[in-house]
This record gives sequence, structure tokens and C-alpha cells, in this order.
Amino acid sequence: MTATTIETQGNALTYATIEPEAGLKAALAIPRADVIDTVRDSGLKGRGGAGFPTGLKWDFCAAEKADQKYIICNADEGEPGTFKDRVILTRFADLVFEGMTIGGRAIGATLGIVYLRAEYSYLRPHLNDVIKQRREKGLLGHDIMGIEGFDFDIITAMGAGAYVCGEETALIESLEGFRGEPRNRPPFPVVAGLLNNPTVVNNVETLASVACIFAKGTEWFKGFGTDRSSGYKLFSISGDCEKPGVYEFPWGITVAELLKEVGGEDAKAVQIGGASGVCVPAKDFSRALAFEDIPTGGSVMVIGPQRDILDVAENFLEFFVEESCGQCTPCRLGNPQMLKAVQLLKQGECPPEFLANVKALGETMKVASKCGLGQTSPSAFLSILEGFEDEISNRAPSA
Amino acid sequence: MSNPTTPIHRAPLSQQHRRVITTTSPDAIGAQVSVTIDGVETKVPFGTTILAAAKTAGVKIPTLCDHPDLDVAGVCRMCVVEVEGQRTLQPACTFPVVNQMKINTHSRKVRMARKHVLELLLSEHYGECYSCVRNGNCELQALAEEYGITEFAFGHPEEPLFEQDYSSYSVMRDMNKCIRCRRCIRTCIDVQEVGVLEAVGRSNKVTIETFEDMPLGSVVCINCGQCVNRCPVGALYARDETDEVWAAIDDPDKHVVIQTAPAPRSAMGELFDLEPGTPVTFEMNTALRRAGFDGVFDTNFSADLTIIEEGTELILRLYKALVQGDKDVALPQFTSCSPGWVKYLEHFYPEFIPNVSSAKSPQQMFGALIKTYYADKLELDPAKIVSVALMPCSAKKYECNRPEMVDSGYQDVDYGLTTRELGKMFKEAGLHVPSLPKSDFDDPFGTATGSGVIFGATGGVMESALRTVIELVTGEKVESIYDHGDIIPVRGFEGVKYAELTIPKVGPVPEILAHLVPDWEWLNGATLKVAIAHGTANAKKVMEDIKAGGKFSQCHFIEIMACPGGCLGGGGQPIPTSPEIRAARARAIYAEDHAYDVRKSYENPAVARTYAEFLTDGPCGHISHKLLHTSYTSRGKHIPQDD
Repeated sequence: MTATTIETQGNALTYATIEPEAGLKAALAIPRADVIDTVRDSGLKGRGGAGFPTGLKWDFCAAEKADQKYIICNADEGEPGTFKDRVILTRFADLVFEGMTIGGRAIGATLGIVYLRAEYSYLRPHLNDVIKQRREKGLLGHDIMGIEGFDFDIITAMGAGAYVCGEETALIESLEGFRGEPRNRPPFPVVAGLLNNPTVVNNVETLASVACIFAKGTEWFKGFGTDRSSGYKLFSISGDCEKPGVYEFPWGITVAELLKEVGGEDAKAVQIGGASGVCVPAKDFSRALAFEDIPTGGSVMVIGPQRDILDVAENFLEFFVEESCGQCTPCRLGNPQMLKAVQLLKQGECPPEFLANVKALGETMKVASKCGLGQTSPSAFLSILEGFEDEISNRAPSA
Repeated sequence: MSNPTTPIHRAPLSQQHRRVITTTSPDAIGAQVSVTIDGVETKVPFGTTILAAAKTAGVKIPTLCDHPDLDVAGVCRMCVVEVEGQRTLQPACTFPVVNQMKINTHSRKVRMARKHVLELLLSEHYGECYSCVRNGNCELQALAEEYGITEFAFGHPEEPLFEQDYSSYSVMRDMNKCIRCRRCIRTCIDVQEVGVLEAVGRSNKVTIETFEDMPLGSVVCINCGQCVNRCPVGALYARDETDEVWAAIDDPDKHVVIQTAPAPRSAMGELFDLEPGTPVTFEMNTALRRAGFDGVFDTNFSADLTIIEEGTELILRLYKALVQGDKDVALPQFTSCSPGWVKYLEHFYPEFIPNVSSAKSPQQMFGALIKTYYADKLELDPAKIVSVALMPCSAKKYECNRPEMVDSGYQDVDYGLTTRELGKMFKEAGLHVPSLPKSDFDDPFGTATGSGVIFGATGGVMESALRTVIELVTGEKVESIYDHGDIIPVRGFEGVKYAELTIPKVGPVPEILAHLVPDWEWLNGATLKVAIAHGTANAKKVMEDIKAGGKFSQCHFIEIMACPGGCLGGGGQPIPTSPEIRAARARAIYAEDHAYDVRKSYENPAVARTYAEFLTDGPCGHISHKLLHTSYTSRGKHIPQDD
């Protein structure tokens, strides 16, 4: 096993309680269509951040007629402030591969690919070892678990360090050897993905959760969380708190409850969802982490009272100016304008009409950018402008 | 990657097909779907893009990265519209209509987004419209006017950020004006499969670069100028040599002559707001004389010469291979009149250089004769002749500068002007071409055959060559075999065409070829296999098939033109271009062909006179070899830095 330096806090993770291969056995014991129904009934939504219902995604892909389909595990964990997939891949890789195998059977794919972010290249030998062991145990390869004609294998592939490659169509372009740039949708990957074949792209945590759902049942899973956000979630907590690390909480936990757990009660704001998420000011700490309130892929950055909130906005926008793929106009040229506005605000020298222009531009970016990167990149800045109006507008021009 | 079921293509798969695949059952494809656009209901075939659907509803949606010749990109976001039920705006150029949809193309959100896109593009678009080669014909300028841009909300660069690249003889690049629509990349990769340009870097640092950012003159660019024809702004343009030509005209010591190719004559009218496909050949002759040219010649004359030289070369190759059993004869023979194609082959298929006809292109044959035969005839000092060629082509600028093109003892052709450059000269001189009286070409090269005219369209060289070969070999009029001599199987815009023609009978060997072959018996009943390709992506298909020993390797003669549609779609033609515009130009060219009485190159009296008076040892003879034939350079794909 590869060592991890990340602390997991609070209760032991549910993943540690799952019996090996119990999920796979259960899934292989029922007809293929029922596998998808089970996932749909569980209410599982994508754990990468977008929250698309997993069962529905699988259903779309299963409905496509094609000689070849793929299931891709998105392990390009690049959102600033998330590191929970790294823990899962290090400690529970078998659960991820189980989930992929179940997915492969459900949609009719014979090959699974783990797309691993460049920074996690040290994990690749470990993952390849686990895959090798699974082949030796007959859990991958031909006639898996004695089911005639059920062939499925998994390979790993490396990303090259671009944040945008976490976007599923950019990930596919990258896998094909091209510049990692998002494609036009439609067609969606479930229809025309890798090498134009129907392809499901699921997050690491989503796939591990699938294995758990089959091991313990949908009712057990729905016992966690809220009506519209079932199950539990791993959160990557960092920033100005006493106990940073990876935590498991059920969906629906409020920001205040979470801060109490991690020792960050005096925070003045929390950035939820990474750089592409929103900045929640203290007055809104009663809001809940759930798809129906504040959706997130699990990144929680605690912002202490000593921080300049504009530094936070500047940091995120510098990130997007670096990481935009540069394909579509709003994202390519819009983020630098956002950054310029923050920097002028920091100096107390942002003309009000320019600020108004940039705010309107942010709204355009949300709706006119090609992919989720550009559609979410203005969110943090816009929410900071709204939530911290006093702190920002009272700033005197620098001498 | 294991199990790839489809081959990896060089172009991203997302960009390889305009057809947009949807989740709904393929059975529905072909069905009509009703869509409401700005309150107007219309029915369109399932899968039609919103952009195309809007056109049928009479609604105009602005575009920048979309182009009728190219695969969809969806990057500029100018065409975004509001689709009911969709959280975000959708690009009309890529979004398919698959069910009853309600679309608003000018809601507040949409107008705001478009204005923002324009303001952002202008925030990095350096340069003044007045001094831009595309002033008045710029898509960005037109949209800025349409969307009422009166100030630069997000700034405007005051200093250039990039150096211009003037290294190429043909294509100039100015990244300062580039809007990153990537039409040039898609043209170079998808249409031409040359792949010189690619997006490099990320975010606002994205630039369009050659390999290792080398100058365009030092990479595998074939100078076809197709990128120039599709650039929406002035970031790519052809080298402008009008100042040099004016200077020659203004110099009383210089005798300035111009030859004009057929393709520009079918398109020049577009620069004077005529419908595409309105020929202005004879009005243009008058304009050229009034502009100050001392001689106005028809490139069709040398096109006929090319046919005879190239046709003779083919007959000689066939004779050597079929009768004399020479196994080293390179077949099929390729045409050599498209300098873009020649350079493409020199870079990508240098092993096939022996297959290329050694006959020069019509431009270069004419050039060699003007500074020799014509100079002798008029008793002119060739050093004082300035030879200009009006071409539809940016690669012709490169071709006339090839170091070997000096067989007259001087640079054979001094300047290759594009249709756009000459149009500019006419405008500068106040010459409104369509309103001028008509006049004929000058002797001694005046009369051309129809065959020369159709050189301007894909398949034209082949058809001309076949007309001549059929008559020379059978001794019968081609009209007795084909109606009006129209060899329909070689016409049309399909990317690659293949045809077989059987020689039904043979006649006596005509005098012009008597010194080369004793009789035609060896061709009696033979089947000529020919092929035609236009656009180098199609040329690549043919070449790969030949390498694999496929059907094209059995051909005798293959015509290849670098540009889509042939010369009429050349990189020097008026902007914009589209399949419809090229089809209209082709109609003009075939109409001109029909207007001529004489239709076969070898019957052209001027050509006959030239062989009688000057090229006295006949086609492929010693003199013609010195002046009318050339050689090629194996270039490969590695270009040393100091090349």
C-alpha cells in the first residue's frame, strides 16, 4: 500500500466497513437492467461536483447501440482544495475498480480507463498492482466471477497537469492525445465519447459509492443525507481551521456544524466547491451542504477573520487565468478582466462603471462559456462582491 | 490505448463532422421537427443546427468561428441563443434541433453576451481599421457596427504584442489582429491536411503558431492561402505586391505585360459587387490597358501549351512502359500546374517526384516565353520587360520566386498578383471594371481554346488533356464521341473522381508527334484510367491509396489541385468563399468554355505558330525542355532552420 500523508478525521470512513467484492457479487447476481435501476433508486449523484444522477447517465449510455463502449474513472482531482479522491485511490482502490466493473456490466463496456492527474503519478504503480491482483483473482479479464461472456478490463492513463482535463470531454480529448479542450455538447460522451464511442465518465468517489450501494443496499444508502441528496460524502477541509483533513459527513450538514467539527468556528467565510465554487459569508453559515442548497465536489476552504477577502478572490482568479483552456472567448478573455477588477479594487481604484461592466460580464460568462470552467469561474468573485460589500467598498485608495 | 475501434485522426474527433449526433433514436433522423425561432414557427430536418434552422426562418444569427467549409468549433460564442429549458445559452452553430424547441435569438441576455464577446475580442485586437487590408471586408468590423460598439468597455491595445511574420513569399501573419476563431487551424488540418498551424498555450496566452513557432516561410506551408480566404479579420493575408507593379508601370523604361488566368476572371466581378459567377474577362482587358499595362495576354495560351507538353510527356511515358517494356517509368503521371500541390508533394511524398509532369505550370511557361519569344518578336530588351501574372492563387507568388524559374535568363515571372490585389489596383485607378467596354487580348498570344479556360475548375486540366489526346490518337473530332466535347465524368466537385475511358479506335500519328511514336496501334482498345482530386486532403487520400497499391496506383494520369474546387477556389480569390460561391464561379468558367469555337489545345493557332516559329523541335523537344520544363526538390518534413 502507498502511504498517504493526509489525515482522515472524525468517524472511520464507511468505505473501511465494506466487505471486499460484496458489491460486485450482488451486482452480478441481478439482470443488467436491474443494476441501473438500483443505482437510480439509490439517488446517487455525481460526486465530482456537477451532481448529475449516476443512474440516468448509465441509462443513457446503456441505451446506445455500439460495438464498443468505455467507462472512465475521472481521477483528475484538480479542483483547488480537494484531496479526497487521493485518499480513496490510496486506501480503497478495490472499491473504485469494483464500481467500474459494475458500471461496465451495466452499460455494456469492456474497457475501463482510470484517468489519473499528473500530480498523482506516484499512485499509478499502486493502482496497476491492484488491477493486476484483480486480474489474477478473476475479478477482471474474461468471464469475470464465472459469468460467461462478461469481459472487462481496466487500464490507467496519465493526465498532463491541466485543470480543464477534469471536464469530461476535455479529459476524453486528452486521452485521445489531443489538446485537452472541452468539446461541444451535444453530442454528450454517453453518445459519442472516447474515440466516438459511448462513454461514461464518473468521479472516483461516485464509483466507490456504487460498490457500497450494492454491498449494503439502496435503503441503507438513502438512510444517509437528505431527500434530494442521498448518502454520505467525503469533504476535503483545508484553510484556517484546527483540524484540516478528509472527513465523511452525510449530505445536509450545515456550514456551522461542519466548522464546529473541524475547529473553524471563527471563520469569516467558507469557500465551498473549490475555486469554481461560491464564497459563503458567516451570516449564511446556517446553509446546508447538499445539492438542493450548496452543491459541492467536497472542497471546503475555511477563511479566517484575518484574511483579506479580495486576496481570496484574486487567488482564485489568478488560477482561472492560468487554467482556462483558451478556447472560447468569454472564458479566455473574461477571466483576465475579472482579475483586473479585483486588483483595482484592492488598490481602491476600481472605477464604478468598470466594476458594473465586469459584474455584467461575469453573468455572461456563466451562461455563454463553452464548459463548466468558464461558467463557474466568476462565481467566487461575484459571491464575494455580494457578500462582502462593506469590506470591499470601504477600502480607501492606496496612497 | 487498447481496443481502439476507430482510427485516430489528426483533427480532434469533435471537429471532424458537421453532423451532430444526438441521444434520440437514429430512426428519427430524416424526420421533420418543428421549431419556433423568435416566434416564427418553421420545420427543419431532425438534427439541423439552430443556425441553419434560423436561416430557413429568415432570422440572421451572427457568427465568427463558423464557416460553411469547416467543421464546427463553437469557440467564439458570438452565435449564442436562448433555448427554452436550457440553463445556459447555446451556440447556434453546434446545437441541433431534435425536438420541438423554442428559441430566442435576441433576448437581453443574448444581446448582452454578444456585445461582451465583441468587446472582449476588441480588448486584444490591435490595429486601426483604416490601415487594415480587410477594411470594409472584415467580419469583426461588421459585427462591431451591427452591435453598436461605440467604446472599448474592456480596453483596447495601444501597442502591438506580436511581431508580424513576413517570411513567406505568399502568406503574411499578424497575430495582433487574430481573434482565435481557429478557422485557419481547421482549414489547414481538416480541409488541406497540411497541419501547419495549431493553437499553443492556454487562456489569454493562446496563440496560433507553426511548429516551434518557426517563420511560415520555413515550415511545410504549401502557400495555398486557404487560411487567408477564411480568416474573418486581417490576421492572415497574402503578400501585397501592388506597389512594385505600380512602380514598374510608372517607369517609362519598363515594358509591363500581364497574363491573366481564367479563374480570377470568373471572380473579379465579386470585388465590384457583381453576383459570383459573372465573368468580366473582356472588360478587364480594357481596365488593364487603362491601368497602364503594355501587353494583356491570356494565360489560356500557355495552358494549351501545358496540355500539349504534358500530354506528350504522358504519351511518351506510356509508350516507354507499354511498348518498350521500361519498368522504371513512373506512372501514374501527376499534373504540375498547382504550385501548392507541387510543394505539398515535395514535403509529404518526395518519393513520388518522378511521377510529377516535368512540364511547368501555364504561368511559368508563359513567363519563359515572354522574355524570349515575345522579346525577340517585338525586339525588346528582356531585361526591361516586367512580367506580371494575374492568378487566383497565393502559391503562384512562391512559384515565380522558385530559384530554378529563370530559364529565360531572367526571373521568368516577376510578380504574381492575386485577384484581390488587381481589384485593389483597379479601384485605386478609378476603374469600375463592370462598366468598361470590352476588348480582346493582345497578339501574339491572343486566341485561346475553351480547353484553357476550364483549367480554372477542378477536372479542367484532365478534360482538356483528354480532348486533345482523344483527337490526336483517334483522328476523330472529340465532339463525335462526347456531346460538345464535354467529358462529364471528370466534372463536378466530389473530392476524388475516378474515370475510365476506352480508346475505341486509332488513326494516323499527327505530324506534331511523328518524331516521337511510329504508330498508335499499341493504344487501340486500351483503357485510359484517370483520376482527379482537389484540396490536398483529397490528394492525400489518393497518395495513400497509391502507396498501398490500390486502384489509383493503376491510373495513368492524375490531376491534382491544391485548392478546393480547383483554381476558382484559390487562395488569391475574393473573400468570402463558400461551396455556393465556388459553384457559381465554375458555371462562369464552363459558360466561357462553351462560348469558344475551337476547343482543343493543339488546334490553337497561336500555339501552332509558336511551335512553328520558336519551339521548332516540337513538344518535349530540346528547346521546349529548356524553357517549358522544370525539376523538383525533395523537401521532406524536416526543414532546417537556415533553409
